[in-house]
Amino acid sequence: MPSLKETKAIAPVLVAEGVRMARICNACRYCEGYCAVFPALERRLDFTERDLAYLANLCHNCGACYYACQYAPPHEFELNFPRMLAEIRGASYRKYAWPDVLARAFERNGLVLSIATAAMLAAFLTGIGYAAGGSAFFAAHPDAEGAFYALMPHAAMAWLFGVPFAFAVVALGIGAARFWSDTEERSRDFASAGSLSGALADASTLRYLGGGGDGCTYPDDRPSGLRRTFHHLTFYGFLLCFAATCVATVYHYVLRWPAPYPLASWPVILGTIGGVGLLAGPAGLLWLRAESDSALTSPRQTGMDLAFLVLLILVGSSGLSLLALRQTAAMGSLLAAHLGAVMALFLTLPYGKFVHAIYRFVALVRYHLERKRPLPEIASE
Amino acid sequence: MDTSRTYDVLVLGGGNAALCAAITAREAGCSVLLLECAPKHFRGGNSRHTRNLRCMHDAPAGVLTDAYSEEEYWQDLLGVTGGETNEWLARITIRSTAACRDWMHAHGVRFQPSLGGTLQLSRTNAFFLGGGKALVNAYYRSAERLGVDVSYDTEVTGLDIADGRFRSARVVRDGIEHVVRARTVVAAAGGFESNLEWLKAAWGSIAENFLIRGTPYNTGRVLRMLMDAGAKTIGDATQGHCVAIDARAPKFDGGICTRVDCVSLGIVVNRNCERFYDEGEDFWPKRYAIWGRLVAAQPDQIGYSIIDAKAIGKFMPAVYPPLRAASIRELATALSLDADALASTVSRFNAAVRPGSFDHTRLDDCATEGLSPPKTHWARPIDTPPFFAYPLRPGITFTYLGVAVDERAQVILQHDRPADNIFAAGEIMAGNVLGKGYLAGIGMSIGTAFGRIAGEEAARRAVA
Repeated sequence: MPSLKETKAIAPVLVAEGVRMARICNACRYCEGYCAVFPALERRLDFTERDLAYLANLCHNCGACYYACQYAPPHEFELNFPRMLAEIRGASYRKYAWPDVLARAFERNGLVLSIATAAMLAAFLTGIGYAAGGSAFFAAHPDAEGAFYALMPHAAMAWLFGVPFAFAVVALGIGAARFWSDTEERSRDFASAGSLSGALADASTLRYLGGGGDGCTYPDDRPSGLRRTFHHLTFYGFLLCFAATCVATVYHYVLRWPAPYPLASWPVILGTIGGVGLLAGPAGLLWLRAESDSALTSPRQTGMDLAFLVLLILVGSSGLSLLALRQTAAMGSLLAAHLGAVMALFLTLPYGKFVHAIYRFVALVRYHLERKRPLPEIASE
Repeated sequence: MDTSRTYDVLVLGGGNAALCAAITAREAGCSVLLLECAPKHFRGGNSRHTRNLRCMHDAPAGVLTDAYSEEEYWQDLLGVTGGETNEWLARITIRSTAACRDWMHAHGVRFQPSLGGTLQLSRTNAFFLGGGKALVNAYYRSAERLGVDVSYDTEVTGLDIADGRFRSARVVRDGIEHVVRARTVVAAAGGFESNLEWLKAAWGSIAENFLIRGTPYNTGRVLRMLMDAGAKTIGDATQGHCVAIDARAPKFDGGICTRVDCVSLGIVVNRNCERFYDEGEDFWPKRYAIWGRLVAAQPDQIGYSIIDAKAIGKFMPAVYPPLRAASIRELATALSLDADALASTVSRFNAAVRPGSFDHTRLDDCATEGLSPPKTHWARPIDTPPFFAYPLRPGITFTYLGVAVDERAQVILQHDRPADNIFAAGEIMAGNVLGKGYLAGIGMSIGTAFGRIAGEEAARRAVA
């Protein structure tokens, strides 16, 4: 097992390879129109570890530049830019992770997420089952009113989830701050006019999964919009589920109206649509990933990608099943399974694939900030 | 590849012109077989290293700014070729570029604004999104969807041509020889720039030291077969596009990124530490086109571009880091040059520099006085450490010796008779239009124009 110091550093050999490749790209520039990576690269005349971490987090790993590359293997330059960036990206997740010791979670992330998920499922199933007692756990609840909290008191649920969620927010925030400070930008510039809104616009539309117009080349060398579609389903599904939880919190504390809510209520409507997104989106992304070109990906990252997608599917499917079967005897087990999956997600949020959303966003803010600055004054060809 | 049938159109080559011909012929209803001698990974000939095509347009059009008239285009071509062009064929090419972008778009090619560092091309040249390999990929997808038969790793070893009439081609794939029959043939297999023996025959032994910027598969085999079958040639074997590139570049296929653009910011010396040409004569397009030949004329065909710290960050980034030293003498040692000689050349140059206001965007007034050869613009003393050097070699991009064609892309035989069913497109005939010099993006214009003409005419001939 690598030492913690090794885990946190981007390996010098990887940085050297990144610098070599970025120099080729900067002298060629043919891929400039594909995404933000290349215009950002062209602002630099030489490259450091921090530059590479920034470029890596702008990259979606779509492969457009790889398939268009005159220097891609088997050319002797062996230029596989997306794969190198994928490796740097993975290393940057470890580098910026907080607290340092948990950076190790990225080492074998698929395993970490699987263990967390299994442990949380087991804990909630046995915990709730034991606390509620067999008869209550397996009882049907024909008039759902207040049924969830009969199994687990609301205050307990709020504390149990609130604390890890708050921790995740803090850990992600510190990671983002570490990344931003590593770019050597001033902290106050993060919120400068235009940068934040530009990044939000790019992130919410997944602009750079557009491949310059026809969609990015994923999962194979043909341009396609599928990945953007499935990612949108995942992202907006996730947001809708989160919105459902927020609305439910307001209902509970402000309106004093406990869950479960009727089918025609906002938490259920938002949660249902979101849940469908969280099923269809990650399922689609899993399918694309299975079809995708292994030349482009870092093998170290496969476990991380797959485990996160599977966990999202588990959250979505358990939530939807709970909704469908909440008046039956399966309610207790499904509630426990759903809570277990959500807990696993919360606990691993800062130590899994989710962090890409944070770092990519930070990188986009930087990109928009840089765009306002003059380009290097090189003589025109 | 089906050796039991007779194809309507056989296309020899797998780059831009070949694909344009194959797609056009297939869309005209013909059965088409395209033979690419490279493996799939390296398909596309030199088109995979290109990045744009030069287009005439009367108003801003897509990614092209302003206007670029047929007349201006023609005058530019006339200027660089010094008249080594066929006006009739040149104008056909130029006119076809007015509308060809729509055709290209319909076959999957996408465009982008001119790349960072190439602003002066934004008016005249439409850049391919992702560059030439992306274009080639789009055309192969299009061709395969339309039903063009494509065979990679397939080398043409013989053409059965009798009395100006093509009957069949002998080809080798996986070590097995086959005979392919077709009613017409389009030769679009490029020039001979990667054939070192042929280059040596033309240039002498100095060609040993040339680097080939493009595909190693352009050996000129098809060109030679057509010449042997009586095709009339055009151009001279020593004419081509020859650029000074980084001497550390690969022997083949280094492409665009090996160019070094700091010649005008310092001095260039040969292995005897002597300057040999005015480094500040003109802007990049002219410089780009002449420095390969200048270096080729030096001992051992090597040059060294020497700059100081003032020049860093002022030119297009180079793929290899420069050699670096704290003094000119140390730099000479790093380059295995005579330290005294280099120090003396640099100090004589520095002493000859007259004050002026440096401006790299125009032909400024920074020049040397009483120095031979002079540096007429952008001359500043090389006095600010650290000092840097890029070794330079001649890099051949493409060759101009080709077969003569008419406006239907039909190959012209001796006695000016067009061959019955043999057409040519792309670099193999580009010398008809560009017999000398260089105009950025015109190779792809010629390939696209004559590829489509050859496809159309071959289709017409095949069904006649």
